[in-house]
Amino acid sequence: MRNIGAILTKEFKSDFRNPYVLGGAGLFLLSSLFVCYITVKRIPIAAIWVALFWIVVLFASFNAVAKSFLSETRGRMLYLYTLVNPTEFIASKMIYHGLVMLILGIVAAIVYKVLFSVVIGDNLMFWSSVVLGCTGIAFVLSLLSTIASKAGNNLTLLAVLGLPILLPLMLVATTLMKNAIDGIELSVQLKYLFVLIGLNVVSFALSIVLFPYLWRE
Amino acid sequence: MKLPIGFKIAAIVLVIYTLIAGLLMPVPTLAILNETIRNLYYHVTSWFAMITMFIMAFAYSIAYLNTQKEKYDTLAKIFVQVGMVFGIIGLVTGMLWARFTWGSYWVSDPKLNGAAIALLAYLAYAVLRNSFQDQLQRAKVSAVYNIFAFVMMILFVFILPRMTDSLHPGNGGNPAFSGYDLDSTMRMVFYPAVIGWILLGFWISELRFRIEKLSNEES
Repeated sequence: MRNIGAILTKEFKSDFRNPYVLGGAGLFLLSSLFVCYITVKRIPIAAIWVALFWIVVLFASFNAVAKSFLSETRGRMLYLYTLVNPTEFIASKMIYHGLVMLILGIVAAIVYKVLFSVVIGDNLMFWSSVVLGCTGIAFVLSLLSTIASKAGNNLTLLAVLGLPILLPLMLVATTLMKNAIDGIELSVQLKYLFVLIGLNVVSFALSIVLFPYLWRE
Repeated sequence: MKLPIGFKIAAIVLVIYTLIAGLLMPVPTLAILNETIRNLYYHVTSWFAMITMFIMAFAYSIAYLNTQKEKYDTLAKIFVQVGMVFGIIGLVTGMLWARFTWGSYWVSDPKLNGAAIALLAYLAYAVLRNSFQDQLQRAKVSAVYNIFAFVMMILFVFILPRMTDSLHPGNGGNPAFSGYDLDSTMRMVFYPAVIGWILLGFWISELRFRIEKLSNEES
């Protein structure tokens, strides 16, 4: 537990020293959303609004999550290897990515909502779809970016590996969000909420189980 | 991996039986479906075969991570490849069927999208394998990806379609398996067909494995 805290502090410190990396990802997200706004202006159908939002968040997340593993030098990985065990390492990476994605996602959702002035029927479900969708993306991409970094630091590979695996998550998150805007009643929504939570738990647990095999070279 | 001869004979007999009986045996006449109902013997069964092949690949990937034997990695790769072939057959036969019953080759339906995404994930597996030079690292990393992708695919293909409405037989009150083919004539072909295609899949995998082994010995 103390190790997890230490790695988290290290990640946050290194990001505060180089704020341009995360700042870049955030700016990419916001400017893409603004491009959506300028080009489309009014979106009468909630489904399209939601789809645009998640596509933009998904592509921004590749940049935000990938940089953390791709920027780790070999020497630093070896150093960490002597200090912590793999479970702690991947858990703290996932928590860190989850927090980063949460901040990005929530800011993006607020900006996007203000730009398009959408009326939301069910605020609780809307925000839970944002939160769970973002953490899910972060968990899945944490493991996949390790895989991609083993195969020679390739962002295209991360996208190719990540998109098919992230699609189930995206489909459930978009459905939940769309229904929340339309104000569909809670009993229908709970089903999607539970699946979304389930996907989060499964991807977190799988990464914890599988990462130790990737860790040792 | 070597299969007994009886296994291969059973595969040949069952597949030939499926081809002949599947096209010639009487089937229930239903509106719209008409003779396309025979697609059950080829379309549904190839998905069964695909899932079986992917389960084998999944099992071999786990075995590889536990034992680090190169053999298991090769087998996992081969089962994924053979599973992909069955998946493509399933997709194409399904599209042809959809053309004559639903009126278009592709409709946006959770089952169809799930199938397409599963194939995309396994294509990504192939891309991943080819991006490594080092054999050991390739085996390890692709085994991890295979396990991850398989679990996510299973969740997607089996849980999601049950949550939303689907045009596909078996969902949303459309007749399927339990509906029309309770009629025993179809079962008489369907079950042998499932077993036949799966056995054929194992046989192809075995041959591919032996070819791979020989070409490794040669080089």
